[in-house]
Amino acid sequence: MIEDRTKLIHAFGALAELGSEVANKNSFQETIRTSLHLISGALAIMRGGVARYSRYGHELNMLAVRGLGDDFPLSLSLCLEDERQFIANGLNAIETSQAKVLPFFQVYDRSLESRKIELFVPLVVRDEIVGALFLGEKATSLPYTTYEKEIICAMGRHIGVAIAQRNLMAEIERHAEENRKLVDDMRTTYNDTVKAFATAIDCKDKYTEGHSVRVGKYSEIIATELEWGPQEVEGAAVAGYLHDVGKLTVERKIINAPYRINAKESAELNKHPGVGYEILLPIHHPYTNVPLAAKYHHERLDGRGYPDGLYDREIPYIAKLVNLADSFDAMTTDRPYKARRPAADVVDDLRRNAGKQFAPELVTAFLRGMLKELTGDNKEKRFRKLLGREYMEAEGIVPILRTALNEMTPTSPLTYINSEPQAEGPTIL
Amino acid sequence: MIAENHYEPAAPAAENIAVVTAGDYLNKLTGERIERECKDRLEQGCRELVVDFSQTEVINSIGISILLGVIDSAKNSGAKVVFSELNDDSAQLFESLGLTNHVTIA
Ligand SMILES: [Fe+2]
Ligand SMILES: [Fe+2]
Repeated sequence: MIEDRTKLIHAFGALAELGSEVANKNSFQETIRTSLHLISGALAIMRGGVARYSRYGHELNMLAVRGLGDDFPLSLSLCLEDERQFIANGLNAIETSQAKVLPFFQVYDRSLESRKIELFVPLVVRDEIVGALFLGEKATSLPYTTYEKEIICAMGRHIGVAIAQRNLMAEIERHAEENRKLVDDMRTTYNDTVKAFATAIDCKDKYTEGHSVRVGKYSEIIATELEWGPQEVEGAAVAGYLHDVGKLTVERKIINAPYRINAKESAELNKHPGVGYEILLPIHHPYTNVPLAAKYHHERLDGRGYPDGLYDREIPYIAKLVNLADSFDAMTTDRPYKARRPAADVVDDLRRNAGKQFAPELVTAFLRGMLKELTGDNKEKRFRKLLGREYMEAEGIVPILRTALNEMTPTSPLTYINSEPQAEGPTIL
Repeated sequence: MIAENHYEPAAPAAENIAVVTAGDYLNKLTGERIERECKDRLEQGCRELVVDFSQTEVINSIGISILLGVIDSAKNSGAKVVFSELNDDSAQLFESLGLTNHVTIA
């Protein structure tokens, strides 16, 4: 009787330890190896193995083995009949000598017999096979008692749950991965659509061909220089691509006018930010307020812009960003009535109008990006691709950029409004 | 209790006899190192493995499993396993689990 009590205490010690092992954050492999030790050690079972069931391969793959030797198969397949029977059997010990009718025990008869596998326990969790235990003879060489089988099944349930949990985690990870890919696909599609739209807008305006696309790219450069996150940079590009979408409703002859337009025509053209806003309202970019960027891309810090004459902090940041990109493109491309201005001239214009039309820190970021490219600190050639090598590499730009940046290096994040009346800001379309 | 991870490799006692100190780490996954050590000794021609339990107070299921592994390896190489300095509790446990059928208690 004393002997039995010692055995019982020992076995329950193993069961308790298995429970905490399964709850532990150890690696799955270690958990399974420990589990096999605990089962073997609880009842002094000479050899055995723990397998995980692959639903797709219909096979039991050994996760841990003890004393089974090199000849024992590491992967054992089940047929549908086996599967059905094991599920019906549930998580209960099967004596291999009594189960010869099942195909599984016929197929693997020799392996099981040569290693003296006496018990087979299908690990059935919620009507699904997740694995199996293979257990050999005990050190006593006595047959397994009912009580011992119960202990084995209790431990088997722990292992089964651990495997099921692991399967679930793998499934979740796979789904997360698929979801990520799906989102990436959607983003690509979305961005392609936006670019197609930009091209459509630009088609209407033959003198400013490619304007929207370039403004999208300049906006992207500024956002990148501001060290925004990838999604925010993408949002800035979208805002740039679509800023002039309202021009789709402006009469073609006004947009294409080969002269400075008159007041009436100008009023017509000035509707395009508001119209753009209406068109873009249904677009919900997760990171950027694209409609507001369109509505206020002609506002100026000093309140002399349109349509609402907003001042500095009333203007959404993204609209200030697009405004800079937009103005830069207007200055650096030929217009029907005006040839583009030399780069040095443009840089100087941006510097002088920082705090009047433009947010100084945006100008700084933009000029810094330009300087980085010219000094070779950035190898991407973003400006050269948009403006041509010759234009960008004209003599004297680098010193002018340096001077401008030195002068403007912001000491405060607050933008500065020059209250002096300004003769004329840069021309913007 | 012996400090964790205190592990002494088997020391050659006499010719063809290896002495292994079980210690306390026997009861953890790290105990697999003893098993490997014993296998190495057996492969080197050891005919008798002496497991010294003088520094082992309690033996849990992992410990039993490790010892069964040692017994199995010894059997496969036709070597003898001796358990020495077992305390009463452990001796009783080994007896009831049938380990004593496979080893000599010294
Ligand atoms: Fe515009
Ligand atoms: Fe524009």
